[in-house]
Amino acid sequence: MDSTVETVIPAEAHHDSSAVRHHFSTAEQQKDSATIGMWTFLVTEIMFFGGLFLAYFVYRQAYPAAFASASSKTNLAIGAFNTTVLICSSLTMALGVYFASIGKKKLLILFLVLTLLAGGAFLGVKAFEYHDKWVHHEVPGAHFDCEGCADPGHASLFFALYFGMTGLHASHMIVGFVILVILIFQASKGRYTPEWYTPVEMFGLYWHFVDIVWIFLFPLLYLIDRTKERLF
Amino acid sequence: MADHSAHAGHGEHHIVPKRVYFLVFTALIVLTWVTAWVSTVELGALNTVVALSIAIVKASLVILFFMHVFYGTRLTKLIVGAGLFWLILLLFIAMFDYWTRTWVGVPGR
Repeated sequence: MDSTVETVIPAEAHHDSSAVRHHFSTAEQQKDSATIGMWTFLVTEIMFFGGLFLAYFVYRQAYPAAFASASSKTNLAIGAFNTTVLICSSLTMALGVYFASIGKKKLLILFLVLTLLAGGAFLGVKAFEYHDKWVHHEVPGAHFDCEGCADPGHASLFFALYFGMTGLHASHMIVGFVILVILIFQASKGRYTPEWYTPVEMFGLYWHFVDIVWIFLFPLLYLIDRTKERLF
Repeated sequence: MADHSAHAGHGEHHIVPKRVYFLVFTALIVLTWVTAWVSTVELGALNTVVALSIAIVKASLVILFFMHVFYGTRLTKLIVGAGLFWLILLLFIAMFDYWTRTWVGVPGR
């Protein structure tokens, strides 16, 4: 659709910036290609997590009472707090991309560091929750003992899915950490300019995707059968 | 929407104003605590429906604005839509199978 427009651009305009690789006609085409590639990867990630979500829905509709009582073992306020922390890290990431796009190097680095810190806080809280479940014998296996659970055998299934899904989510965040450190290092060397900051923007897509996975994990794992409780 | 599609295909890249990020962020935080609070209210089967509806609204806000899909090209929108469509196929076809299997006494369940 745009090819007719591009063919009338003079040859020298094809290399209007050194940031454009030779196999692309324009910076815009280069950016669109990166965006499409990143989204294609994220679609494979949707299917990857999708299988676990399907397993969750199948077993929840099969054993609703076991899932309701096992889910009550999670802490509602901690879950909501951690969701807030993760959404904060998404905001700082979005602002990082914004400052990259207008060439504010120091603010870009600041917001990447803030994203790293918020992500670290999220994982810290998650580690605290994991430890709490370990201490209370709520980890599936030989020592599993779900006190007061309606159907202990299938409550174990809930916790298997809980650790599988939050664990896969957390491992995505750890991968994100490594990439964030590389981005901060590169940004401090001045690699990113308003003409080319594609890695920052593509990593932003990944980070927001991980946030979206948690947006669904929170209601599915924490918010079943809470009607006899209070938020605080 | 029409305002943005008028810019599509233009040479320069769209920079989303900061204000949009703060508005989306506020909505996400409010919805998080609303969904946590509403889960403590007795709504019967609707509790799950409300929780998932709020999650879908939150995810849509993140996809459209934080991930710039609202300002993206048609091809990006197509890829995102196709991915979500396939996820819906996976979840719905499988769940209808598991849900209705007991009705007709199919062996293996």
